[in-house]
Amino acid sequence: MPYLDYAASAPLRAEALAAMRPLLERPAANPSSQHGPGRAARAAVETAREQVAALVGAAPGEVVFTSGGTEADNLAVKGALLARPAGARGLVCTAVEHHAVLDAAAWAEADAGARVALAPVDRAGRVDTERLGGLLEPGRTALVAVMAANNEVGTGQPVAAAAALAHDAGALLLCDAVQAAGLPGVDMGRDGIDLLALAAHKLGGPTGVGALVVRAGAELRPLLHGGGQERGLRSGTLPAAAIAGFGAAAAAALAEREAPGYAAALAALRARLLAGLRALEPALAVNGDPGSGLPGLLSVRFPGRRAEDLLLLLDRQGVACSAGSACASGAVTPSHVLLAMGREPAEARETVRFSLGHASTEADVDAAVAAVREALRVLAPQEAAR
Amino acid sequence: MSQVLVAMSGGVDSSVAAALAVEAGWDVTGVHLRLADTPAHLQVQGKGCCTLADADDARRVAGTLGIPFYVWDMAEEFRRAVVDDFADEYAGGRTPNPCARCNERVKVVGLLERARALGFDALATGHYARVEDGRLYRAADRAKDQSYVLYMLGPAELDRLRLPLGRMTKPEVRATAARLGLRTAAKPESFDVCFVPDGDTAGWLERRLGRRPGQVVDTAGRVLGHHQGAYRYTVGQRRGLGIAAATPRYVLRVEPAAARVVVGERAELAIRAVELERASATDGRGLRPGHAGVRLRAHGQEVGCQVVPQGDGRVRLDLDEPVAAVAPGQAAVLYDGDLVLGGGTVAATVPAASPGG
Repeated sequence: MPYLDYAASAPLRAEALAAMRPLLERPAANPSSQHGPGRAARAAVETAREQVAALVGAAPGEVVFTSGGTEADNLAVKGALLARPAGARGLVCTAVEHHAVLDAAAWAEADAGARVALAPVDRAGRVDTERLGGLLEPGRTALVAVMAANNEVGTGQPVAAAAALAHDAGALLLCDAVQAAGLPGVDMGRDGIDLLALAAHKLGGPTGVGALVVRAGAELRPLLHGGGQERGLRSGTLPAAAIAGFGAAAAAALAEREAPGYAAALAALRARLLAGLRALEPALAVNGDPGSGLPGLLSVRFPGRRAEDLLLLLDRQGVACSAGSACASGAVTPSHVLLAMGREPAEARETVRFSLGHASTEADVDAAVAAVREALRVLAPQEAAR
Repeated sequence: MSQVLVAMSGGVDSSVAAALAVEAGWDVTGVHLRLADTPAHLQVQGKGCCTLADADDARRVAGTLGIPFYVWDMAEEFRRAVVDDFADEYAGGRTPNPCARCNERVKVVGLLERARALGFDALATGHYARVEDGRLYRAADRAKDQSYVLYMLGPAELDRLRLPLGRMTKPEVRATAARLGLRTAAKPESFDVCFVPDGDTAGWLERRLGRRPGQVVDTAGRVLGHHQGAYRYTVGQRRGLGIAAATPRYVLRVEPAAARVVVGERAELAIRAVELERASATDGRGLRPGHAGVRLRAHGQEVGCQVVPQGDGRVRLDLDEPVAAVAPGQAAVLYDGDLVLGGGTVAATVPAASPGG
C-alpha cells in the first residue's frame, strides 16, 4: 500500500523493532532498579540517549526523554516560562508553530501570566527575522520558539539567526525539530539551540516516546513531579523498549543524513511526484518553499477540489496521504499554517500533503500519481456541471 | 456492487442503517458530518449533537462494521444554511423548522450531491421514512415517522436515497443494534434543536439577537404588557406572556418590525387556510389541485385540505376544518395516505373568523 504520510508518522524501521524486541520479551525491569535486569534496561536507555544526542549535536546528558513531541514542546514552553518571575514571562513564536507550542503558549498566557507574541511569516511560511527581532523585549522575553521546518508545508526556518536574536535579548531558543531532525537535520551547537523537541515516530521509531534536549545551563521547571527521573525534569518510569527503538531510529536517520546522495534521492522522488501531479493538474499550486526544509514533503493545492474529497478517493485506492490539518474529530479544517501564510480558508481546504521518507520508492510515487489521476477523473464531471 | 455512502451521526438509528447497508451487500462507506465547531472541552456528554463523542461513537461503529469512515467538516455550511437561518427566521417573526432546513441544505440534499460527485451510487441515512419506486412514503413506525422533514426531496434525490429503517420500528432498531453489538444500542434519543443543547431557545436567541423590548397587545391594540424580544414568542404560545388576564391568552401573531406580540383568545388561533411558499412536489411535477392530507407540524394531526396552486411556487391550502396555532415558517407537508406528495413553507395564515381569503 503506497504510504505517503511520513510527516504524520513514519513506518517503524527494522532497526528500531530489533532494538525494542529483546527489551519487550525480557523479564520485568525498571531502568532505575539496582539489580541486573534494571541495569540491563538502563544500559539500553543510555545507549539510546547517546544515539539521540548524536543526531542533534548534543551531549547525552542533555537529553530528557518524554512521551513524545507534544510533551517536549509543553515542557519547553511551560517549563521555561515558569522558571522566570511573573513579568518576565514573555514568549515570541512564529505563527506557524505546531499546536503543541501555540496551545501551550495560549495556556501560559491565560493561566500563568505569560505574554505571547506571534511573529508573522511570508507566503512561503518563513518567519521574517527582523519582525521577530522587533517583538523581543530584553529582560522580559523568556523564550523564542522557532521550529526547524514546518510540519504542514515543509518550509525551513532561520533557526540560527533567531537564536542569536533570542540570546541578545536574554531569552532561550526553543526549536521544534520533530519533523526536521533527520533531514535536513539540526545541530544544537551550530544553531545556538537551547531547547530542542523530538518525536521518535517521525524518525521511524515507535510512538509514545520523544525527547526535549535541554542545553546545560538552560533553566526549566518540570511539569511532571514524582520519582525525579531525567535530572528531575521529567519524572516517570522510563519506557526502556520504546527509548531503545527511538535510539535505533535516530542512529539510522543520522546514517541516512551522512550517506552521500540520500537527501538528493529523496528530493528527486519528491520532484517525480510533483512532475506527475503537475501533468495531471496544470493549475496545481505548491505551498511553501520546497528548496528549503523537508526534502520529502510536498504540500499542494488542487484548485476547485476539496482535500476531503481527494483524500477519500485516494484512500479508496489504498493511497495514504493527508490534508493540511485535522481537528480532534478527524475533520479537515483550514490549517492555521496556511492561513498564516496568507491563504484563504477555501484555499486551505484544497490542500493535500504528501510526505516521503526512509522506505519510499518510485513505485509508491507512481501509484500515488495514478490514484490522483483517477480521483480527478471522478471529480471532473462535478466541476463541469457547476 | 452498489457503492453507498452512509451518513453516520453516532446515534443508534444511523448506526443500524449503516449495518443494514452492509448486510444488504452494498459497498459501504461511512461519513460523519461535523456540524458544530464547539471546542471539545466545552462539550457536554449526551447533550446536543455532533460532539466529539458522537464522532467517536460513529467511528467505533464503522470499525465494528469494518467499513471506511471519514469525518467531513460542514460546520460552515451548517452555520450559514441552518443556524443563521434559524435566528433570521425568528427575528422575522416566523417559526422555522431547522431539521427540514438541515435536510434540505446539508444532511440529505447537500450530501447526496457530494456522494454523487465522489462516484457513489446512493446515500443511505437513518431517517424513518420509506422510498419505494422513487416515491417517498411514511415510515412503518408511525410514531417515529420523519417523512415530514424530507418533503422537499424530488425524484432526482429520491432515486439515489436509501432509507434502511423505513419498515422497522424503534424497538426493532434497538434490538438490531444489540444483536450486532453496536455500542450505540442504548444511546438516548436526541431531542430539540441540536445547536441549542440546553433547550433554552429563547435564551439562545437573546444572546444572538440582543434584547428587543416591545409591547404585548390584544387584537384591539390595547397594551397588556411588555416583552424583551418578539422572537421569544411563537404563535399559539400561552406561557411566559407576563400578563394578567381573566381568561388564558395565546400568541396570535408576532410583528417583529413593530416589536409587537399580539395575543387573544384560544378561539382566535383557529385558521382555515394557509399560504405556502417554496412549494415542491416529490414527483418533481409540481403540486396539483385536488384533495390531500396536510400535516402542519412534525408530530401534528393530519387534516384534509384542498390544494390550490397559485403559481411561482405558491400554493394555498383550504383546510377542511379549522386548525389552531399555525406559525409562518413552519413546514406544511401534503400526503395521500402514506405517500408524501410534497409541501412548502407556511408564508401566511387565514384566520377562521375573518371574511374573504
